[in-house]
Amino acid sequence: MDRSALAASLRCAYSDGFKMTDTPRSVFPHRHLLGIEGLSPLDIQALLDLADSQVEVSRQVEKRKTTLRGRTQINLFFEPSTRTQSSFEIAGKRLGADVMNMAVASSSVKKGETLIDTAATLNAMRPDIIVVRHYAAGAVHLLAQKVDCAVVNAGDGAHEHPTQALLDALTIRRNKGRIDGLIVAICGDILHSRVARSNMILLAAMGAQVRLVAPTNLLPPGIARLGFPTFTDMRKGLEGADIVMMLRLQRERMNGSFVPSVKEYFRFYGLDQEKLSYAKPDALVMHPGPMNRGVEISSDVADGAQSLIREQVEMGVAVRMAVIEALASHLPNG
Amino acid sequence: MGMKPLLFKNARLVDPDTGRESKGGLLVRDGVIQDLGPQLTDVSDADVIECGGQVLSPGLIDMRAFIGEPGGPYRETLKSAGEAAAAGGVTTVVSMPDTSPVLDDPAVIDFIVRRARDTSVVNILPAAALTKGLKGEEMAEIGRLKEAGAIAFTDGARSVTNAQVMRRALTYARDFDALIVHHVEDPNLVGQGVMNEGEFSARLGLPGIPREAETIMLERDMRLVRLTGARYHAAMISTADSAEIVEAAKARGLPVTCGVSINHLSLNENDIGDYRTFLKLSPPLRHEDDRQAVIEALASGTVDVIVSDHNPQDVENKRLPFAEAADGAVGLETLLSAALRLVHSDRLSLPKLLRAMSTKPAEILGLPSGRLKIGAPADLILFDPDAPYVLDKRDLKSLSKNSPFDEARLEGQVTITMVAGRIVFDRRAMGPEANA
Repeated sequence: MDRSALAASLRCAYSDGFKMTDTPRSVFPHRHLLGIEGLSPLDIQALLDLADSQVEVSRQVEKRKTTLRGRTQINLFFEPSTRTQSSFEIAGKRLGADVMNMAVASSSVKKGETLIDTAATLNAMRPDIIVVRHYAAGAVHLLAQKVDCAVVNAGDGAHEHPTQALLDALTIRRNKGRIDGLIVAICGDILHSRVARSNMILLAAMGAQVRLVAPTNLLPPGIARLGFPTFTDMRKGLEGADIVMMLRLQRERMNGSFVPSVKEYFRFYGLDQEKLSYAKPDALVMHPGPMNRGVEISSDVADGAQSLIREQVEMGVAVRMAVIEALASHLPNG
Repeated sequence: MGMKPLLFKNARLVDPDTGRESKGGLLVRDGVIQDLGPQLTDVSDADVIECGGQVLSPGLIDMRAFIGEPGGPYRETLKSAGEAAAAGGVTTVVSMPDTSPVLDDPAVIDFIVRRARDTSVVNILPAAALTKGLKGEEMAEIGRLKEAGAIAFTDGARSVTNAQVMRRALTYARDFDALIVHHVEDPNLVGQGVMNEGEFSARLGLPGIPREAETIMLERDMRLVRLTGARYHAAMISTADSAEIVEAAKARGLPVTCGVSINHLSLNENDIGDYRTFLKLSPPLRHEDDRQAVIEALASGTVDVIVSDHNPQDVENKRLPFAEAADGAVGLETLLSAALRLVHSDRLSLPKLLRAMSTKPAEILGLPSGRLKIGAPADLILFDPDAPYVLDKRDLKSLSKNSPFDEARLEGQVTITMVAGRIVFDRRAMGPEANA
């Protein structure tokens, strides 16, 4: 669906006086959350509204809900991650679920078990929700076909990371009051970034103007066909932006393979105050973390008044609570 | 600048940019060409050089010279290279990064820029390494090097064999509008080869280098240019097939240019004769048919520029069995004379020849010089295209004497070389000996 049509349908939903209720089952009609692709603006809207209410829950002294009492949530991480895994763990626990973490290093995958065998094994333990991160694009979809429970994609290769895009959208919406019409510059290693892909789809669907800023080596070849304007000159790419979204550059890509060096990358593509000055004066800076200070972002910007980076982490828990709760409503006896 | 204006009077003005020739004068003031034309015979406050009908044209721009500084000052310094260039009518030299340390660091580029400005009488513009340490593995800091003054990016005498590395380097260079200059010779196909592969290498019992070492690399690069859209210059081609490849790429509209060395226009593999190591070059001298083909390609415009491929080597590296000797020949001082052979044998017009050594390289490098135009830098040469001489290598200003033209009869000698309005070489001041 093209962007203007999506934006129009969204506006239509607003004008109809659409409002989230406390029962998300009719509003979020999906069994899994595998990606942003395939979600309608209404689906996204529903999750963001629900997440807003979860923020309030997390800010109370009594943070525990009972929605998922008796449910089992497995966090299955084939790729190490501290923050995303703990965010999902806290989200599940605040909803009252029993949460179990399975790290790949200690699992049977190391012993040669295939992904499908692992899925079948886990399925036999009758979990209600599996949160999966995998290093291969498409692996989470494959796993979802083999289990009876709800599956949440916590990042698959360079494909999608839907909860990150949702938490970014929530952070933007809470700070700017809207997403529609904002200019969002996504900067850095877009080629290898699932965060960038999910954000591009989500933000475009919600009516933002998304720009991509990167050296061509860090843009997926053929990206121009997707219709997003690309900039290799960061200053031009940031001109007039409302949101500057930085991406992490992996260490192994810094030394001459994709870009010549850290020094050179920071000089031309690192966000510092000087480059940020090309964006709107009230522009806000985001980063999915973990940051490489002095590589893609300077410390003064990361810690500065325009930075939303800490808030993104808080929104992460709220969004994941919303996602888990929405999916749980479709579970048998839910 | 405060320098007194200077009038070249009664010159044969040859502008390779427009291809026009006319009799007249040219006035230099404050380092630039202030006026020119047939009407210019007298300017009240100017010094006058009576040209006596000699050719006045833009100084030559040589896109390929190896200089030993830093790291090999016994071969050549920026100063000695500058003097050799000035004597040969070369006013701008692009120096290769194969130095020690390699020119892959902005600080070293900065050093060369300053050092050249302080010690060389001609413009020396450093080309930086395309990959770190010229190893062909990791791309160099193209953005920062360009900011420091690198005019182009090349691994000098080496080829980047890894196509993935080349693709990424071309892609990255395009983001910075940087020019990539590539030596097209697959080292794996070169193997142990030391000369052109063919009948003559069979006779001499020397391992040969097939033409495909060049054409395969060149073909690959054309595909990568098509994929990436980067500005690409093949440093030197030496075979008939290579000319066809470049011609086809240009017909396709790819941003591609190429050069040929003066050696490959002047000599063929037979000149190696009795294992003359001064003719051991990379790429190797080819068959006469190849030489004829690259001359035709130059005349048709498929080949854009002529380079000296100046590569000073000391006696120790050349007085060895052919296979063990170093590659390379000096060429800055003989570039013009040797190239003029093509004019004297009616293969090329004089403006066309000069175009390949001034306007065209200036266009490729983005320099304002290389044209006889009001406001252009006064980088000029005055020369007698017919002055005959026999080259004596002892007269060379280069610190190394490995010239393939030693004892050759040549025609055409530079009288005056001017850089930015300053006379940096004047044969008239050298006495009758110099004109012999």
